[in-house]
Amino acid sequence: MRRFIYPPLGIALTLALWHWLCVEFKLPTAALPTPYQVLVAGVERWDLLVSEGWVTMKETLYGFGLALALGIPIAVAVSNSQILHLMFSPLLIALQSVPKVALAPILLVWLGTGIESKLAIAWLVAFFPIVVDTSAGLQSTPRELLELARSLRASRWQVFSKVQFPAALPFVVTGAKVAVTLAVIGAVIGEFIGSSEGLGYLLLSATSQINTPLAFAALFALAGLGIVAYFLVVVAEWLLSPWLPHSTERNS
Amino acid sequence: MSFGQLMNVRRVFEGRRGWRAAGAPLVAIDDATLSFEQGELVSLLGPSGCGKTTLLRIIAGLIPKSAGSVRIRGEEVDGPHPDFGFVFQSPNLMPWRNVLDNVLFPMEILGRRDAPARERALELLRMVGLEGFHGARPHQLSGGMQQRAALCRALIHEPALLLMDEPFGALDELTRMEMNDLLLQIRERTHATVVFVTHSIAEAVYLSDQVLVFSRRPARIAERLVIDLAYPRSAQTRFTPRFAELSQAASRALGVLH
Repeated sequence: MRRFIYPPLGIALTLALWHWLCVEFKLPTAALPTPYQVLVAGVERWDLLVSEGWVTMKETLYGFGLALALGIPIAVAVSNSQILHLMFSPLLIALQSVPKVALAPILLVWLGTGIESKLAIAWLVAFFPIVVDTSAGLQSTPRELLELARSLRASRWQVFSKVQFPAALPFVVTGAKVAVTLAVIGAVIGEFIGSSEGLGYLLLSATSQINTPLAFAALFALAGLGIVAYFLVVVAEWLLSPWLPHSTERNS
Repeated sequence: MSFGQLMNVRRVFEGRRGWRAAGAPLVAIDDATLSFEQGELVSLLGPSGCGKTTLLRIIAGLIPKSAGSVRIRGEEVDGPHPDFGFVFQSPNLMPWRNVLDNVLFPMEILGRRDAPARERALELLRMVGLEGFHGARPHQLSGGMQQRAALCRALIHEPALLLMDEPFGALDELTRMEMNDLLLQIRERTHATVVFVTHSIAEAVYLSDQVLVFSRRPARIAERLVIDLAYPRSAQTRFTPRFAELSQAASRALGVLH
């Protein structure tokens, strides 16, 4: 029961404190609207939040999907070939330390203000955690399992498909969880820098019109979107690796 | 001609060559000579890190030897051989497969996963007391049960030689004794030839037909003990005078008893 009572209570308390701050110090709506004003703004412009949210969601998921589609094969190639590993691992690590967001203006110049540039930024920030975690997973296969396969004279493909890759899957999922939240950030940054749609754009235009309640509503929509994207990955985890004990089961 | 014959096997790990001072070459195994017959269980007994696992991996063909010869059924071992079964210290079941699929893994690699293989897997699971657990995931089993499943996986392709690397070392005392009895039963039924690495004197004496006692590094065979305890062995065997005598001899060879 506790876990159903206390979390909503915590949220209610925080909202109450927020409301009290606004009323007690007579904060102007333009600076900090009350939770109720945000709710009203959100309900009134519901259509706008959904349509812009959908744009941001598409940018996020396309970018994330592309990061998976390219990141996993690259990690596989780098972990299975000594030469590729020596050639490209240092480069990947060096690239990882570049603040990817700093590339956003350049990508905008290359790809224009349409969905392509947002997708590219979302892809760029999501790509590295997937590559890094997937290759870490592929390189941490238990030695005994590899020896077992080797003692049976398994082919390289058998070793990869039956041992290495399934063993790495939990790592891939961990990387994907980090990547999908980063992809949301990437998409919003892209919208900030140059766009005419999406929640990031809505947030910017609402603040420039001093419509702070709507800006806050967009912020909450963005948080909701991040949570939905994250749970899509969690659902995929359940479907792909049902053998993993769930976190609640592990704790008990 | 013995079933398995090792002659003057030696394994040296080269020191690291680099900008740091090159380490001296490490002699892991020095001049190991031994032989065993079909159906025999031979234990390699020695202190931790004495190189007995290295010797087992050489017999398996997983790592090369520096000198000497290893012959199984008259054939020189110069690489991995699918006719051997493996049991490791930890069960190493694949968490993404259920128990039955884990047991069938070798058959899958060998391209022989068919209905008879499945029957045999279920029969093996029955023999080790895991009947009804074939659909369970490894994490749902206790450590001892996981090791039983790993034993089935090692036996599924009916290997000529079973190689066991401290298979019960991570189990508690009671489970370990249970597993020892299980291994004796399995041998009685399958007549498997086993090379068994352990650092437990009691386990080595209880299970084996011959015990090879290794000295500290570089590992040399300090003593060869023929275990003439009668079969079938049971808990009673552990309290016979002959068992005590053999344990004493093994302890003396290990240098823990003077």
